[in-house]
Parts: sequence; structure tokens; C-alpha cells
Amino acid sequence: MKLRPIAAIVLRQLYLMRSSPTRVLPLIAWVAIDIVLWGFISRYLDSVTSSGINFIASLLGAVLFWDFFTRVMMGVTMAFFEDVWSRNFINLFASPLLISEYLTGLVLTGIATSLLGLVVMLLLATMLFGLPWLSLGLLLLPLLLILFMFGIALGILASAMVLRLGPASEWLVWPIPALLSPFVGAFYPLSTLPAWMRAVGHALPPSYVFESMRSVVAGHGYSGSGLSLGSALAALDILLAAWLFTGIYRQAVRTGLLARHSAESVS
Amino acid sequence: MASLDTPLPAAATAAAAAASAADAGYALRARGLAKHYGATVAVDGIAFGVRRGEIVGLLGPNGAGKTTTINMVLGLLQPSAGSIQIEGIDLASHRSQALAHTNFAAVYAALPGNLTVYQNLRFFSLLYNVAAGASRIEQLLAEFDLQRLRATRSGLLSSGEQTRLALAKALLNSPRLLLLDEPTASLDPSAAVLVRARIRALAADSGCGILWTSHNMYEVEETCDRVLFLSRGRILLEGDPKRLPHAHGATTLEELFIRLAREPLEQQPGTGR
Repeated sequence: MKLRPIAAIVLRQLYLMRSSPTRVLPLIAWVAIDIVLWGFISRYLDSVTSSGINFIASLLGAVLFWDFFTRVMMGVTMAFFEDVWSRNFINLFASPLLISEYLTGLVLTGIATSLLGLVVMLLLATMLFGLPWLSLGLLLLPLLLILFMFGIALGILASAMVLRLGPASEWLVWPIPALLSPFVGAFYPLSTLPAWMRAVGHALPPSYVFESMRSVVAGHGYSGSGLSLGSALAALDILLAAWLFTGIYRQAVRTGLLARHSAESVS
Repeated sequence: MASLDTPLPAAATAAAAAASAADAGYALRARGLAKHYGATVAVDGIAFGVRRGEIVGLLGPNGAGKTTTINMVLGLLQPSAGSIQIEGIDLASHRSQALAHTNFAAVYAALPGNLTVYQNLRFFSLLYNVAAGASRIEQLLAEFDLQRLRATRSGLLSSGEQTRLALAKALLNSPRLLLLDEPTASLDPSAAVLVRARIRALAADSGCGILWTSHNMYEVEETCDRVLFLSRGRILLEGDPKRLPHAHGATTLEELFIRLAREPLEQQPGTGR
């Protein structure tokens, strides 16, 4: 891999954001709205229940983690969509750019945009609602890392899907996080779920993050093996997603889809 | 399958050396190039080359297989059969290295309209791994009279200005093989003359091989050293655009083009079919 082509992919996104506030605003606005909304809900629940559960820490913390994960995924996907929308595939893939360089550029863009959202969320949650995220200590790093890796994997997977099915399939991408949310137990323990949903949840890396977070907030510590498994699953998911993207790209080159991707519907 | 580290047998080495010697002097070699979509044959086993410093016109009616051929040379479409070598590098096995020597400008591949002229050139200079990108961009901005438009978004440019930008982008990496698909289609006659002169000078001075498609026969006759007539995925005729019409009983290249486009393959005089 060469650095310049990777830098090109990142720089293009930077140029777009610099010249267009409408691209930057959603990176901040949605997560800020979520934190404020769920911050007040958590505060209200803390005031009316005597369950001993710290809602600010468990519920608002879960919202923050979940939003971070979706931002990572969307960061990768949106960078890809910019090339779909501007019909840039011919220019990109008729150049010496390697698929690995392209995906690395998309991932770096996802890192930058999601970190921006994370900083905004941490600032708001801490200053407005006193989220004790520092109480997680160094555990915060593996938790964020797992979410980050799974977000990258889903972002690549979503991009592969649009590459295969065409621009009109974009709408299939947006509900993916919502589709996964019941299974990963972001807002409730996995034990709440029926057995088959729990089995699906165990195959999804974020479930280990949310289980660990709740356990630590409740003062029970965390499962190192659970986090290791979550990390391994997330790493495997990235490899699978990259493999799928490469396979779909090769198929697109074989069938000619790449050169006519702007067509609204493809077989 | 032999790995990259496995020494080749002597016969294979000799064959590779012979092929390499045959490819010397060529920016592009295509052999047995074919593309099938099920029963539909888009390109039917064609063989052609573009020598260094040569401008080759790829002509043919709509649906003849020109764009399919160009897409295969650009690595956007995998051939069903045959091979492509760019500067002696096999495109199928060394895609990135081969495409590093290539660039293109095509009417159907506009540059991102939401980036400015400068941003587009910067983006593509990095994409093509151009070492002295900043100075090369300034040079091309001046050469294609784009300096005053450097901060203008490409989508706001006139079609002629967009064509000049596409050509500047196509020259960023000083390609050894340049593919131009109707490069002057949106230019006024004065600008088209300048662009043709610029491209002829590029081929002569830098030794860049150019594959040029156009429906403007006057332009082809004036610019190209050689033309390939493509019809139904096959090369019907090949030769000097100034001599070819007379050799086949036509007064102009346009007349020959129309005749070739309308008449069945078997009826063409001098095609040997």
C-alpha cells in the first residue's frame, strides 16, 4: 500500500467537509440531540425510581456507546457514498488505487468523523449530566475499540452492498444499526432476550461491550474473556467484510458493473 | 500454478523474453482481446498495439466495442479472453503497476463536481502517486488556462472548461499511455485546435502512446497516425487515416466510416473477409 493514494481518499472527504457545513453538522447534531434527550430521560428515571440502578451511567452511557458505533459505521459508509453520488468509480478504479488503499482511506475518514462525534458526546454528557465515564478507567479503551472495529466492519459491508446492488440500495444501509440494536442488548441485559435472540447477540461484538459496561457500573467488574471474544469477533468481521467487498469489486469488474454503476437498477 | 518466487522453466523464460522483445517500443499491446456477455459478443478477439509516441484512432459506430475495449484497457472490465500489456506490464497480474503508466479523459467520467479545479487536481495527483504534485498542478493549470478557475467547483464549469480540466487531470502523472474518449467533443473549434496541437506535441515530445476515440473524422485524419476501424467487436480495417479512404475507394475518412458502419462485414472491399 502507498500513502499518497490513501491520503487522496481522506483529503477528498476533508475538502468536502471544509466547503460544506451541511456535511459537518450531522456529525455533531444527531449525537448531541441523542445525548441531550437521553440525558434528561436518564435523569428523570434516576429521580422517580429507587431501583438502585444508575441510569445516567448505564442508560446514557449505552446511548453514547451506541451512537459512537453508528457514527463509525456511517463515517465509512458516507465516505463511500460520496463516490457513488459523484459517479466517481470510473475515475477511482481506472487509477492505480488498490482496493486495500481505498478501504483504508474510507476507514481513516470514519475514524476522524466518529472521533469528532465522540468528543462532542463526551463533553455534553459530562458537562450537562455528569456522566461518570472516567469511572470506566482504562476499560473505556477496549470497549470503544470493539465498537470501533465492528463499526468499520459494518461500514465496509454496507459499502459492498451498495457496490453490488447499485445506488438505489442506499436506503437498505440506514436501518442496519436499528436492525441490530435489539440483539446486542444496548439498553438491557442479554438475559432479557429469548434464547435464539441471545444466540444472535453473542455473535455480535457490541453485546460484549454493553454487558461489560453494565457489569462495571453495577460494581461487578468485567469479563476479560468476554471482551477478548468481542475483539476477536470484531476483527474477524472486518476481515470478512473486506473479503466480501473485494469479491464484489472483482465481480463488478468481470460483469462491467463498475463502469456503469450509476445506473439506478442493476441485476 | 507457479508462485512469483518460483524460477520459470527455460522455455517459459525464453518465451517471456521473446514476448518482451516484441513488446519493446509499445505503450499498449492487446492480444486476443475478447469480451462476452453470455451469448452477446462485445469484443471478438482483437489484437492491436499503440507504439510509443503514436496516436491511434479507435473508430467505429455506436455499439462497435470501442468503450468496452477502452474499459478493458483501463482495468474497469475484465476481458473474457486475451491479454493487455501496458509498457510491457501485464494488466491482469500487475494492475496497479500497469495503470500507474496510464491515464484517461472521457466524456462519461466527469470529475467530482463538488470539488474545485485545484482540489480535483490535488486529489488525482495523490491518487496517481505523483511525487511533485504541487508543481505539476501549477504547470497544468497554466497549460490548460485554468488558473483563474482554480477555486471554482468543477460542477460549475462550462463543458469546455470541464474538458480542459479532464485533460489536465489526464496528464498529471505524465502517462506513457493516454486514453482519450472524444476529448474535444465539448470544445469550440479554436480550443479544439489548441488541444489537438497539445496532444500531438505530447506524443512527439514525451513518447506517450495515445488511443483516441472520436466521431469527428476531420479531427482523426488530422491528428492520428493510424486508425483502427471497429465494427461488431472486430477490427475491420487498420491504417494511415490519410491513405485509407483512397485505398478503399472512398474520398474521405468520413465516407469510408459511413460505408463501413452501414454495410455488412463481408461486403467491405479490401477487408479480406
